[in-house]
Amino acid sequence: MAFKIRTGYEGDLGLFKTPQSIASYAALLLILCAAPFLVGSYFLSQIVFVLIYTIVGIGLVLLSGYAGQTSIGHAAFLAIGAYIAANAAKFGVPIYIYLPAAGLLTGLVGWLVGLPALRLHGIYLAIATFAFALIVEEILARWETVTHGNEGLMVKPAALFGKPLGEWGLYYLCILVTVFVVVIAVNVIRSPTGRAFLALRDSETAARSMGVDSARYKTFAFALSAGMTGLAGVLYAHKLSFISPEMFTLALSIEFVMIIIIGGIASLRGAALGAVFMIMVDPLLVLVKDKLPVAIGALTGSAAAQDKASVLLATPGVKSLIFGLIIIFFIIYEPMGLDGRWMKMKTWFRQFPFYRPATFRRQKMYLKSERGR
Amino acid sequence: MLDFVQQTISGVAVGCVYGLIALGFVLIYKATEVVNFAQGELMMLGAFLSFTFISSLGLNYWLGFAACVVCTAVLGMVMERLVVRPILGYPQFSIVMATIGLGMVLRALAGMFWGTDDLRIETPFSKGVVRMGPLVIAADSLSIIVATALLCVILYAFFRFTRMGVAMQAVSQNMLAAYYMGIPVKRMFAAIWAISAMVATTAGILLAPITFIHANLGFLGLKAFPAAVLGGFTSIPGALAGGVIIGVVETLSGFYLPEGFKDIAAYVVLLAVLLLRPQGLFGGAALKKV
Repeated sequence: MAFKIRTGYEGDLGLFKTPQSIASYAALLLILCAAPFLVGSYFLSQIVFVLIYTIVGIGLVLLSGYAGQTSIGHAAFLAIGAYIAANAAKFGVPIYIYLPAAGLLTGLVGWLVGLPALRLHGIYLAIATFAFALIVEEILARWETVTHGNEGLMVKPAALFGKPLGEWGLYYLCILVTVFVVVIAVNVIRSPTGRAFLALRDSETAARSMGVDSARYKTFAFALSAGMTGLAGVLYAHKLSFISPEMFTLALSIEFVMIIIIGGIASLRGAALGAVFMIMVDPLLVLVKDKLPVAIGALTGSAAAQDKASVLLATPGVKSLIFGLIIIFFIIYEPMGLDGRWMKMKTWFRQFPFYRPATFRRQKMYLKSERGR
Repeated sequence: MLDFVQQTISGVAVGCVYGLIALGFVLIYKATEVVNFAQGELMMLGAFLSFTFISSLGLNYWLGFAACVVCTAVLGMVMERLVVRPILGYPQFSIVMATIGLGMVLRALAGMFWGTDDLRIETPFSKGVVRMGPLVIAADSLSIIVATALLCVILYAFFRFTRMGVAMQAVSQNMLAAYYMGIPVKRMFAAIWAISAMVATTAGILLAPITFIHANLGFLGLKAFPAAVLGGFTSIPGALAGGVIIGVVETLSGFYLPEGFKDIAAYVVLLAVLLLRPQGLFGGAALKKV
């Protein structure tokens, strides 16, 4: 690893590691705030989705990357937040009440889901969260008085003091919530709670013998992560203005996990990078579907090949194929994700002629068994 | 009462399929500590291949069966070599996600290759029924139960009496010790993936006549998780028993409870087991050495 000379604790304790990072994050915030004046409405709504995915990603980074708990059921938390928003908006509850309320309630559900996590670990936890998500999905489809079942539910546009927020208002609300979530996440990580998370992740037995209350921190990690996802759910419902149970399936949960795999599992910056990547896949796919068959046709000179390619690319499986390949590719070739790639590039330039790939080599452990833990 | 028995028998038949998929999980997990989320997709591929060999190419049922099993065994080995072996030793989370990705790839490829229509195959048992007094059992269901029992005997004999089977047990108990004893651990891993793919294919071909063959058939593999957890995740008879229990619970709740319970019954059982008895019905409590 690259060495950093520390002369005091201020650098470690502060919200920002270096003065430069204050400047760069301020610039990012400025650009984001100025974006509605600069880009069109399509691009703006893409940024809104990126922000929503970032919030979920940060929740997952705290849970999986820092506290070491697996969840492949986060779509359920998003659904709970979204349905709370839809119903609250229907009864005219103001947004400044139901937005935090949705976060808190979803956090409460997350705390409940975290309770079994005390006895489970690794693969069992993954399966339990996944079972929870399936059960929530089924409840959404069946509890028709509240959720309107499979017909779906129209969500009233977000409004503040009786005035609709509109596209721009929602965008700024998303930025506000994202900044709020990021600040919470950074503060949790640099507090004793965050250090307890890390200790639990690396060795639960060791952490417990040092006096870390594993039950408290594990459930807290779940509650925190679920609460953030619930907030994202409110924004998601208002963004789409229509929600139905088949939006919140296992596929969405897997997309969320992909965010942190692509971005880098224990990195807040990675969550944002992963979110950008995930949102970019769809427009890129459309582009590929349009251009690739033409290119193939031009290269081979046969119209039949072009038709065949466009038919193959039009099958619904293509997206899932690409997602699957992305997951496998990142896990095998870049386990640290985009953020890891960024760090490697930075280190390469910093240590220019002396960079060694071994700096970042991951240790494999064949001896440590997760069985009988 | 007759309804109950009838439903239970069809539940056992479905449960055997779950059990066979769960068996595949357990074999791989025991030996390599990898949980293969693509097991259901392997089963789906088996079913699709049986369509190609038996219905499209017009092969004899048994010959087609053998051809499918050989094909997926090779595929299992290729998957192990290309995807799983490079990430062995990484955290469980990465491995789980990699196999989920593998499943997505297989499902997408099957959809592109065989299309999204429902396919069917004809078997020697199709349309046949067996009568036992007032009971009527479809021969398809009976074939599943019989084949599962047969497969169990074969697997038991393999692990108990053959040199390779014993070597696999050694690998699953302690990888490093097995390696020092001269067991080719890597080759054993490939072999275990092949066996597990073969078991999944068998499940797929047996299931094919009673459901439609479709790219989403692989989602049935998700039902096998409750089965494996119920059985303790490391016990082969446990996986089968878990599968049968899940199958019966699901069928009965579909019959007696309101609509909607059938789909989640398996997961409710799963959560209950995880809460009350996380080591499963058949697994022993394990101690950890620090």
